[in-house]
Amino acid sequence: MTLASLFIDALRFIPDNAHLLLDKALETAKLAFTALGIALLIALPIGLWLGHKHRGLTLALGVSSVGRALPTITLIGLFIAWLGVGFWNVTAALVVIGIPPILTNAYFAVDGVERDVVEAARGMGLTERQIVTGVELPLGLPLLLAGIRTAAVFVVATATIAGIAGVEAGGLGQIMANPVVYGQSGVLAAAFVIAAMALLTNFALGTAQQAASRRMAPRA
Amino acid sequence: MSGLRLADGGGPVIPNFGHGSACLRHNHWFCPSWVREHWGDILQPALIQHIKLTLVVVGIGLAIAFLLALAGFRWRFLDPPLGAATDVLYTLPSIALFTVLVPITGLEVITIAIPLIAYTLFILYRNIVTGLRSVPAEVLESARGMGLTRRQTFMHVEFPLATPAMMAGVRIATVSTISIATIGAFFINYGLGTPIFDALGVADIFRTELVAAGGLAILLALVADVLLSLLQRVLTPWSRTR
Repeated sequence: MTLASLFIDALRFIPDNAHLLLDKALETAKLAFTALGIALLIALPIGLWLGHKHRGLTLALGVSSVGRALPTITLIGLFIAWLGVGFWNVTAALVVIGIPPILTNAYFAVDGVERDVVEAARGMGLTERQIVTGVELPLGLPLLLAGIRTAAVFVVATATIAGIAGVEAGGLGQIMANPVVYGQSGVLAAAFVIAAMALLTNFALGTAQQAASRRMAPRA
Repeated sequence: MSGLRLADGGGPVIPNFGHGSACLRHNHWFCPSWVREHWGDILQPALIQHIKLTLVVVGIGLAIAFLLALAGFRWRFLDPPLGAATDVLYTLPSIALFTVLVPITGLEVITIAIPLIAYTLFILYRNIVTGLRSVPAEVLESARGMGLTRRQTFMHVEFPLATPAMMAGVRIATVSTISIATIGAFFINYGLGTPIFDALGVADIFRTELVAAGGLAILLALVADVLLSLLQRVLTPWSRTR
């Protein structure tokens, strides 16, 4: 089979097996966005609070460099070896992967807000909580969204790897790990779909990030 | 093609599984005896391959990113499209890129290297351009006042002043490459990913091999980071960046 026909077959596989691919893509998306949601719930309050207090710079930097050095496949393997194969175990590994960029960016987003602005808000009688949610969070939103974007793209890509590590309900990764069942064209088609999902995630959050920067940009 | 590693479920992957030490039979998290025994035939060769791959990838990535950054710096209109292109490459999941490349470049190391190089471009390009742009206008003004040509200004002012940002990019790119390269072993037996996937291919997961090989990858990333930060200090003694 020539290279061109292989790729044409892969492109044909997509409409021919739209139902299967959609099911698997939804599985991957469910895995990824459940993990991203939990990562947000954990990382956002910690990052915002540390940034607000201007404390924990070492933690904010350390978390991101450890996060980068950690091979995702090892992490997923450790969680499977420890807890067994299952939706929540893989989700837990993906949460660990999603936390660093969110935490670090939340920290720097709030930490970087001009002190004068925060002082003015304090002078107006805002509570610390109101300062975080009403002043620092909106001003730091572009940077915060950049972190969420990085985390989301990373988690979506890694959710596929979960399928390859042999996880049931592993979504598109399951197709990619089974050329015997789905054929080479199926494997390639799944690769196209996951690439499209990552690009879409990146584009959607990138657009949100740009909209936030435009809103927050000081008017000249 | 892909998927050969876990799909075959062939013979026993752990040597003497079930006959080894009590530690191995109970599949403990870390059996030092196994690591000692297989350092020479499994772990060390994988580590050396991993280091070689990382050096080649970051080296080529830096060369390409530098040329792109020069173009994006010299001709400003090229910067947005170049930045967007490297962002798109960076977004593509490694597993998808490896899969698509296997039929094109074959089951060769180059199939792992190409996506890894592509990923370094995003970080390196952005950092180099930012570094070159960050030179203050008054510094450029005084360089011009001293009679430096455009080329001399670049060689003696802009380029050295951009080095810290560039080195910061090299550090991030190196650490990420070491980490992502492990996934490549799903397709091609090369580097520390090979023992990691071997460990995952065993029923119940061979924990010692997973921990040893995964630990080596993390250790390698941390050592590389420290070495590069030292190099950064040597190259730019005037700056004290982290």
